[in-house]
Amino acid sequence: MGNPMKIRAAVKEGVTEVKVLMQHNMETGLRKGADGNLIPAWFITEVKAQYQGRTVLEAQFGQSVSKNPYLLFRFKGGAAGEKVSISWVDNTGDSRTDEVAITA
Amino acid sequence: MNISNVSKVFLVLSLSTSYAAMAAEGDVSDSDRIAQYREMIADGNPAEFDEMAGEELWKTPAGPKKATLEKCNLGKGPGVVKGAYAALPRYFKDTRKVQDLESRLLTCMTTLQGIPEEQITAKPFSSDQKKSDISSLATYVVGQSKGIKMAVSLKHPKEKEAYEIGQRIFYYRAGPYDFACSTCHATSDVRIRMQDLPNFNVQKDAQAAYTSWPAYRVSQGLTRSFQWRLNDCFRQQRFPEPKFASEATIALTMFLAVNANGAEYAGPGLKR
Amino acid sequence: MNAKLILGITAALSLTTALPVQAGTDLDAKTAAIIKRDFRDKGIAKVERLNQDELQAACSKYKDDVPVDMKVKLEDEQLKQIKWPADGILVGDWKAGEKLAQSGKGLTWSDKEGDPAGGNCYNCHQLSSTEIAYGTIGPSLLHYAKKKGGLEKAQRRAYGRIYNAKAYNACANMPRFGHIGILTEAQIKDLVALLVDPESPVNK
Repeated sequence: MGNPMKIRAAVKEGVTEVKVLMQHNMETGLRKGADGNLIPAWFITEVKAQYQGRTVLEAQFGQSVSKNPYLLFRFKGGAAGEKVSISWVDNTGDSRTDEVAITA
Repeated sequence: MNISNVSKVFLVLSLSTSYAAMAAEGDVSDSDRIAQYREMIADGNPAEFDEMAGEELWKTPAGPKKATLEKCNLGKGPGVVKGAYAALPRYFKDTRKVQDLESRLLTCMTTLQGIPEEQITAKPFSSDQKKSDISSLATYVVGQSKGIKMAVSLKHPKEKEAYEIGQRIFYYRAGPYDFACSTCHATSDVRIRMQDLPNFNVQKDAQAAYTSWPAYRVSQGLTRSFQWRLNDCFRQQRFPEPKFASEATIALTMFLAVNANGAEYAGPGLKR
Repeated sequence: MNAKLILGITAALSLTTALPVQAGTDLDAKTAAIIKRDFRDKGIAKVERLNQDELQAACSKYKDDVPVDMKVKLEDEQLKQIKWPADGILVGDWKAGEKLAQSGKGLTWSDKEGDPAGGNCYNCHQLSSTEIAYGTIGPSLLHYAKKKGGLEKAQRRAYGRIYNAKAYNACANMPRFGHIGILTEAQIKDLVALLVDPESPVNK
């Protein structure tokens, strides 16, 4: 199980803005370590955001995304107290889901 | 939504921010653009993960004594973390020394938890492979001073002495390049290559620089402590390595911190 | 032999224990002792580097603003030690000079023994008009040949200053590239060429 994410979700004038900071090394598989050997590829491949059981965002990530990725997106709707959950899956099969209540 | 759509979201965002600012100010310097970038990602500082990790380390029993650090006195009383960093370095009666945050954490970890000092100082800085506990702890503690005014005391004679020694170290020229800290940091409005350099004799500069460390370095993907910052300066000065949490680094930190007094602490920061 | 052993132990102990506190301390001496104690060798950067020569000590003590008589004396001593090229030729290849000027490498603890040191020039100076990532700690050297008037004069001025900037300004920020042996005579000639050659981008 991966490390926890930091999620902030706030609704304003009917639009919810979600800021997600994911904790992941995002190794490309092309970088060499101090010992001169390649560091194995290890990166998030899929990200999914759900609101009230409905998928509001699906994204495919790859090697070009930075370490500890930061994602900001908006969707129509949302009310204070309702939950938004974010999940990711990486190329090793590891995954992580965190959720947060929307603030006004 | 696929990855290219995600990139578009970012692009639109960054463009709209810089257009708005340009319309208002006309010419925008590189430093201003960097400031805008920082503002945009202010809620996305990965240093927060180290704050979280540090908080857990603070509250979890560890070491041969199986103790937490919740009785650690950082100067505001046992266990008080809030605002502690904004008043460090300071003189501590129990050790009879002036200590900065990291040397004080070292004291707490050795005395309260019984962890051997060498074990902590052997690898005090985080690497790609392993995060340093003392560095995460420091990140947690500094985060609890966010928004609090820097008020480092010079009342105790030892504090005054540390400041005086720190100032002398700041001007100490040596090594094959004859560099001192002052070579780059005692003149206003200069830069090395494209990097603006703070003048630590000018309060405004010292405040902006000091209150933004420790910081997450995007280029390194790691949160870097203040001791690390000093270390890397000495490396570029072509000096040998300062010992971790040594009197020399504490004195220098004292000099820099006092020059930053009066400003709200703003770290942990986010740097290129 | 026992006495020697005990002496050795005391010496080792005094290194690791706190410094003696004296009433009315001499802070300069105390600072020197702290610096001596609180650094350690790392890679090629040995603690011997912290031993100051007369010039470094004077500039540190006076925060780079030494009294004028001392300044003149220090500069004279540095000037006397400049080794001008035996062949009398002061310029080399400006293209090699530009490469050298770009490199900021050399002599840190993360560099290896024998790694070639760069000139570090762009860290502090504007040189070629095409390079915009230049520092401003030192003066702009753009159009150096024109500014410094006359080819021979400019050559000599450039060689001397790169070899030992302190011969002209005792507490200058600039390292003494020739005096300390950071760069070779041939490398300094290449940098002089970068500054004075009419074909160099510095003078375009």
